[in-house]
Order: sequence, then C-alpha cells, then structure tokens
Amino acid sequence: MKYLQGKYPVINKQALAHDVYSILILCPEVAKLAQAGQFVHILPTGFGLRRPISIAGIDKKNGVLRIVFVIKGNGTKAIADLKQGDFIDMIAPLGHGFTLMPEAEHVVLVGGGIGVPPMLPLAEYYGEKATAISGFRSFQQVILQEDLENYGAKTICCTEDGSAGAVKGFVTTPLEQLLTESVDAVFACGALPMLKAVAELCKRNKIYCEVSMEERMACGVGACLGCACEIKNADGEINFLHVCKNGPVFNAEEVCW
Amino acid sequence: MADLSVNICGIDFKNPIIPASGVFGYGREYEEFYSLSELGGIATKGTTAKKRTGNLAPRIAETPAGMLNSVGLQNGGIDNFIAQELPNLLQKNTVILANIAGSTPEECAEVASKLDNTDVHMIELNISCPNVKQGGAAFGTSCAMAEQVTSVVRKATSKPLVVKLSPNVTSITEIAKAVESAGADAVSLINTLLGMRIDVNTRRPVLRNNVGGLSGSAIFPIAVRMVWQVANAVQIPIIGMGGVTSGENAIELMMAGASAVQVGMAVFTDPYAPIKIINQMQEFLDNKNISSVREIIGTVQPW
Repeated sequence: MKYLQGKYPVINKQALAHDVYSILILCPEVAKLAQAGQFVHILPTGFGLRRPISIAGIDKKNGVLRIVFVIKGNGTKAIADLKQGDFIDMIAPLGHGFTLMPEAEHVVLVGGGIGVPPMLPLAEYYGEKATAISGFRSFQQVILQEDLENYGAKTICCTEDGSAGAVKGFVTTPLEQLLTESVDAVFACGALPMLKAVAELCKRNKIYCEVSMEERMACGVGACLGCACEIKNADGEINFLHVCKNGPVFNAEEVCW
Repeated sequence: MADLSVNICGIDFKNPIIPASGVFGYGREYEEFYSLSELGGIATKGTTAKKRTGNLAPRIAETPAGMLNSVGLQNGGIDNFIAQELPNLLQKNTVILANIAGSTPEECAEVASKLDNTDVHMIELNISCPNVKQGGAAFGTSCAMAEQVTSVVRKATSKPLVVKLSPNVTSITEIAKAVESAGADAVSLINTLLGMRIDVNTRRPVLRNNVGGLSGSAIFPIAVRMVWQVANAVQIPIIGMGGVTSGENAIELMMAGASAVQVGMAVFTDPYAPIKIINQMQEFLDNKNISSVREIIGTVQPW
C-alpha cells in the first residue's frame, strides 16, 4: 500500500457539542482510497507527534473526508483551532477498517461518545439494514443522530442520566434486546469497558463482532510498535499486534480483554 | 554539489543520514513513502535471540519537544530477522546496521554470530535500552559490564561492530573508552534518556511501564555535548543521534565529532524527515562552498 502524506485544505468546520468538532477536508486522493474504519494521522502545528483520528465521512465524488473529534489535550485543541482555508498535515488513509458485508440483512452499529463518528461510514454503507445504538453521558454530548438517520439507519440513543434519547443507561441494554433478533454482525467503537461489554454480549449470542480500538501512537504506519494491543490468534497464541496497522478494527473474539 | 559520502569502519555510506533503530522497523512502511536507496543507511529494529513480545500499552507519551517510549524491544527474534527481513533490506542499496540486544552477553554473542554468516554490513550492539528488565541499559551503565559484553560480542563476529551507548550514566566517556578497549569499531550515541510522566488526574504513570526513554529535540543539546565529549576521549568513529530534526542539527552533531547521524523521533513527525535532512545538509554545504561533508567532522572550535 502506498501511503499518502500531504497538506490538505479545511473546507468546513463546525462545533457539534462542547469540545466536539466536525471538520471537512478536501483531499481527493485520500478520499478515493479511504474505507470505513480507517483513520487519518494529523500533525497539529507545533507538535512532534501526530494524532490519530477516525474517519467519519467519505465523499469520494467530491473528494472530501470528514473527521469528528473531541478536544482531549493541546494537540487536538490545535486541530480544533484550524479555520476554513487552513491546511491540515496528514498521513492517510491508515489502518485496517471494518469488514463490509454485502449479504448482511441486519447489522448493529454501537458507538460510545466519540466512538460514534466512525459508525457514520458504516451507516452510509448499510443504510436501512443498520441499527445504530449510541451512548453518551448526558444530553450535552449527544452528536450525529440525524446524520445516522439521514443514511437510513434506525437510531437508538442512550444517555447515562436519561437526559436525552429513548434509553436511560448504557448501550448494552438495547443491544442485548436486539441480539435476540436476527443480527448478522455488530460493529463497535468506544471506551474500552463498553467494547468489552459489547464483545461479551456478542460472544454469548454467537454474533460476529468487530471493534475499533484506540491506543497512543507514534508512527501510525506500523514501524515503531508503539500502539500495542494484545491479540490471540486462531491457535490461541497471544501477540502484541498494532492498532495502527493490524487495526484499528479487530475481530472482537481475538482481542485479549 | 558537495560530496555527502562518509566512510565508517571501511563501509561506504552515500550520505551520513541513518534512520535510528526502533523508529523505522525494517523499512517496509517507509518504503511506501520513498526509495530506501536515498538513505545513507538503516538501523533496523533491535533484534534479540528469541522473539520478544514487548511491554504492555500505553507505550508512547508525548512530552514537551519530545516523547517517551517503552516498547520493550518487541521483535520476532534473530532467525526471523535473517529469514524474513534481511534479504529484502540487502536489496535496497543502502547500508544495513543490524541493531542487536540481549539479556546476557552470551545472548548478544549468539545473535551477532548468526549475523556473521549474513551479508549485513554492520552490527549495532545496543547496551542501552532503558525499557527491558535484564540486560539493556544494565550493560551500558557500568564500564565493566560494557567492556565484558562488547568483548564477548567482538569474539562472535568479524563484522564492523558499533556499540550504542546510554546517556543515563555519570561519565559517558568512561563507557566509550571501555567499549573501545574491548574491540568496538565505532560507538553510536545517545540512546534515550530515562524519563517519566504522571497523569495527575488518575495518579498513574502515563506509560504502563511507569518509565520510558525520552527522545526528540528536547534531548538534542545533551546529544551534542556527549558526542563532543566522546569524540575527545576515543579514536574510533562516532555515529551521533538524539533529537536531530534538521540538516543544521545533523551538521552540528558532525561538527561535535560524529561521522554519521541517526534520525529518530523526527520520522514520526514527518516520514520524509531523513530525506529533507539530507537535502538541507547538501544545501548548507553548497552555500558555504564546502566540498565534502567529511571536512566538517569534529571541526567545532571550542572556547
């Protein structure tokens, strides 16, 4: 695979919630290659390490990628400070994305907080065949529900305090119910405890599940071995694979939770 | 156009820039950005006798003008390196420095002797990894141990032997002299400095290994100082490294006494950093009408 590094213009920036931003980037050669579940590795101006951010939208026709991210520190703050017309230095697209299953009739997308954005390209692909469960702490954090619906996905929004959405509590409550119906696959991204709970539910119900993992990265391309994730192979052998190259998407059954 | 070529221990480098061990894997990923033949050499990921899984994550933390890492020498072992990686690397028309490490002098010697039967150009013996419990920096922080491990590895190989030194010592010149007397053909320095960060909200160290190696431009002045001190203490050539991010940085390390320069963290910031550094060195020398980069080695004029 040929890697692309370049500086691409920001064509739109929007605040979606407190400290959560959506940025559209004009990068036709990247958009052409990008797949659901992959990420871009952005260099915030003045920093030494890049920030991996999942791809939240792929518009191949117009050559535009969308990223949605939360400000976690000074690096993501610098990215959020970019304005329309500014250039964004990124290596992209990177990583191994979600499996697209053309025969699937019903898939469930589970996003927790800032794990919701990578579900968008899957919602676009699966459309009405997708049910998207999103979990947030409270109403202030709720994002992207309309975007998911615009792709045809059925949405179930959960908040821990019940201040928004149909469900008060965690994503696992509606997921457990859905898994009693016919579900071909579950795709999930979010905090580690959520992913672990989702993986366990899927295993118990014998439903195929893929999870998108997060880890601190340096190179982003598989050279430095920084972003280690314990993965067990078919023979039960445990190895540290790397989120940037082998992932970020892994078969949930192979992850050592 | 100034001549960028250098010669270290009889090995010709087309230019003095070498991606440092650990940042560049075995070159496969960066070959997707540019041709590896543009590089002076490549220092490969540290290889041990047997496969090592490395440390738990998080292994990476950003710091002001630098980063910490605690990868812990994750690698597939020497047999895997020789079978799967080395043949490919040797076709790339660049000098290959096989970086090796071990928990005991005997393990280091075993790895070196296996490489002795290959066409690898040089061996870089890592006696300074801060991220492993046995061996690693323990070899590099005592003169007696540094001398012993160098001497045992020296007997195991006839390849040019570069010993990579730790900066986490009271006197790096004493260690450099010890490995020189034990038969090292060159030294490379500096490896990372041991560092630590704590998340004040969780009171947990940011790295799962608690501590890790600090690299990046934050350590560059230490690298310059140590290269200069070692250059004044030993006769063997020095490969300098530590926070180099520009052609001028590389020139500076060479003026301090380095015959070649490795580039580490800068590769993460910009995968093209080694190529840009080569071009910037060329430009610097051309602007100053210096005909060969060799003319600048060790030419600092101390006060």
